[in-house]
Amino acid sequence: MSYTISLTVNGDRRDVTFEDARVTLLDLLRERLALPGTKKGCDRGQCGACTVLVDGRRINSCLTLAVTLDGADVTTIEGLARGDVLHPVQASFVEHDGFQCGYCTPGQIMSAVGLIAEGDVGTDPERIREGMSGNLCRCAAYHGITEAVLDAARRMTDDKTRKSA
Amino acid sequence: MSDILALAPRFGSNSGQSLTRRDGVAKVTGTATFAADNHPDGLLYAVYVPATIARGTVTHLDVAAAKAHPGVVEVITPENRPPLAGDPDSKPFMFAFRFEALQNNTVRYANQPIALVLAETFEAATEGARLLNPLYDAQQPRMGLDGDAPFTPESGGLGLPGTTVHGDIDAGHAASAQDIDVTYETPEQYHNAMETHAVVAQWNGDHVTLDIPSQAIVMQRGAFGYYFGIPPENVTIRSPYLGGGFGSKAIINGPQILAILAARMTGRPVKLMLSRDQMFGPSGHRGATRQRLRIGIDTDHRMTVLDHNSLATTSTFDTFVESAANASQGLYAAGALRSAHQGVRIDAGTPGPVRAPGEAPGSAALECAMDEMAYKAGIDPLEFRLKNYAETEPGTGKPYSSKALRDCYAQGAARFGWAGRPLAPRQMTDENGMLVGWGMGTALFAAPMFAAQARAVLRPDGTGLVETAASDMGQGAWTALAQIAADSLGLPMDRIEFRSGTSDLPDAGIAGGSAHTATAGGALHAAGTDAIRRLAELATGDPDSPLYGAGNAGVIARDGRLHARDDDTRSESFADIITRAGGAEVEGKGSASRTAEASAAHAMYSHGAVFAEVKVDPDLFQIRVTRLVGAFAAGRIINPKLTESQLMGGMIWGISFALHEEARFDQRTGRIMNADLAGYHIPVNADVSGLEVITVHEDDPHVNPLGIKGVGEIGITGTVGAIGNAIWHATGTRVRHFPIRIPDLLTGA
Ligand code: FES
Ligand code: FES
Repeated sequence: MSYTISLTVNGDRRDVTFEDARVTLLDLLRERLALPGTKKGCDRGQCGACTVLVDGRRINSCLTLAVTLDGADVTTIEGLARGDVLHPVQASFVEHDGFQCGYCTPGQIMSAVGLIAEGDVGTDPERIREGMSGNLCRCAAYHGITEAVLDAARRMTDDKTRKSA
Repeated sequence: MSDILALAPRFGSNSGQSLTRRDGVAKVTGTATFAADNHPDGLLYAVYVPATIARGTVTHLDVAAAKAHPGVVEVITPENRPPLAGDPDSKPFMFAFRFEALQNNTVRYANQPIALVLAETFEAATEGARLLNPLYDAQQPRMGLDGDAPFTPESGGLGLPGTTVHGDIDAGHAASAQDIDVTYETPEQYHNAMETHAVVAQWNGDHVTLDIPSQAIVMQRGAFGYYFGIPPENVTIRSPYLGGGFGSKAIINGPQILAILAARMTGRPVKLMLSRDQMFGPSGHRGATRQRLRIGIDTDHRMTVLDHNSLATTSTFDTFVESAANASQGLYAAGALRSAHQGVRIDAGTPGPVRAPGEAPGSAALECAMDEMAYKAGIDPLEFRLKNYAETEPGTGKPYSSKALRDCYAQGAARFGWAGRPLAPRQMTDENGMLVGWGMGTALFAAPMFAAQARAVLRPDGTGLVETAASDMGQGAWTALAQIAADSLGLPMDRIEFRSGTSDLPDAGIAGGSAHTATAGGALHAAGTDAIRRLAELATGDPDSPLYGAGNAGVIARDGRLHARDDDTRSESFADIITRAGGAEVEGKGSASRTAEASAAHAMYSHGAVFAEVKVDPDLFQIRVTRLVGAFAAGRIINPKLTESQLMGGMIWGISFALHEEARFDQRTGRIMNADLAGYHIPVNADVSGLEVITVHEDDPHVNPLGIKGVGEIGITGTVGAIGNAIWHATGTRVRHFPIRIPDLLTGA
């Protein structure tokens, strides 16, 4: 039996057919849609490496069956920058050395984008640490990650204030 | 994609600058290609079937059921596994560990591979693996530090001495006015890099291309060639990025070999990526240790004896005994010094090097024992360490190549605010009534070098190309090595091309032992210097050059030009020199290693001091590390930003060791009960605050020409002990095993 869903990935509308109900969003992205930026760290919802945004919310793509996503709007790490211009969270991760090996990084960044959009943590480092704690980093770049999210959150808030002023 | 953080041109020294990572943009945009991101046409997916017993034999596999599943292409078992040229049970070279590649039906530990399923999709391969439903003839596994009779190994770790004695141990004990005799235990730990082991293998005739994360690219090329019976040059390894390594990706494991074999057998590319639970088995781990430390001091608080004995688990079929007791060599000026190791064979996979092998558990026990001795003697733990400060290497009497440990103690203590710490435990509380404790530990890690080669080319347009097969597993080789290479050529960073991470380049040695920057960097420096020497010969020998006659020693390279050393107005650009000489590229070659004479002349270590504050809830005994200050002296620092990140990462591994990490074996079945990231705890972001790193200035004229030591592993050492000591200082409970958890404090209360 095959399944066809229609979803938006990084702004592109795509009709996807696959033959297996067991396919997760993570494996759909990595193995079928040529978007390997999203990483697999555990395949069990325990590490956050596979975090993407679905309809603006951060989710573990390894725990999400692709068949459930008909009509969904998915953003992955490949869809964050605007051409050559990095998203503020991406730029901030480079600047604050928010990674070492970079393997958890796509998940960290998508999680941070989602966290900032949720609007609950503001620029409180303690709450940012808590809100980012679903994303493990074995290199333990946590200090840089917190600094990066904090800085990006500030910059994005400033931008918003400026725009609305 | 353009780098928005374009590098400002820097003339003179690129080294010493906190440049952002050159691979940073690739890593934040998802375009950095890790091994399993590759997807050649015609790909098959491999999933290996892990043994669910720890000792015995496989008696049945339902191959028919697996093969009947739609999408399954092949099932490999010992029955049909094609031959290998190299025996998995041989040890043909250094760093060769015995592994399981379906050579027979024997199970020697849980999670070893017992079959491999190949399918058109990952989903079908996973289901096929499940359908094999193995049956076993199982035997009672030997588990734990008391699982069998101990034996005395020939060596500790990889070729370190099994027993080292300096001075008269009995006399040292006899001379002591006070002593302690304490035993500490540390558990099995698994590397768990976020990127699990992965390989994409493609054969073309008798040539194979492997996308595989490798901490030793050229060495592993030879090793894979050996097992498959092809010359090393028929193996191409591509390893531009590793998603963490920590020691596990320097060693070949069975599942990788099986995937490569499967690709040859089926004639199609094969991808295999271990699942997280499979990371607890065939790819090494840190063995458990039980360490007995006996310390004696005289009336002046000087150590008369430091006697460190360690028992560690290893496997039944290979030997790697965690060299924990060696942590007591090289640090404190004890009158007599012994480090002795024993092993015990159990039904687990073979341990191997895990970040700070030997030193991490050894330092944990040593630094806690030092704290116990200081308290018994009634003196401050830092003062006790200064009393026993070694001016030359204890036992050998060798001078240190450099040792700024006193500065580490002083700067760390000042930043932390150590002065005035009460000696007795359970004296401090915070405004919320939490028990507060302060502890410290000394950090030490050897500064070895491996052997590396590099090539540097100056092109007619004045740019440079430098090459060495280095591994970037997060430490920042793409950046730090390029900084060294640019300096060696007298070029700004944006005018060199740095090629690395593939096996067709000169051998950069092993990314391990905290030695990669020193070794590969040393080779790059030598290659660049050689290229400049050749360029200088061209210029100074050419009557048309303004540098004619300036002599080889009389020119220096700076910002793409050679200048006369004594007259800055005489200079010429690289491009002009090369063009006039006919336009041929100027090539330099270099290598780096340490001579036996250099090793004999000096003791070489990185040093540090770590100070920890913990807060413990007096009712619930929850433990929080609230401050951690580490001051480290590691020779010349190439990139302070990356160095700080690496040291912090190491210190967080120290938090992990002290409070979180432990693989728990079911003693009846031999299986690990917490083989996943929900049960095998490592620190999350919320566990880490108040972290500070100080890099202490240190010039080292002896360690290597660049004066570089290493920072990859030292951050763990010192930290574990500092946290254990702080917990004792907060609560008055001395816990002598790791990790320290709430129940340990409850029973102690
Ligand atoms: S891969 Fe999805 S949470 Fe780990
Ligand atoms: S940067 Fe390596 S796991 Fe996070």
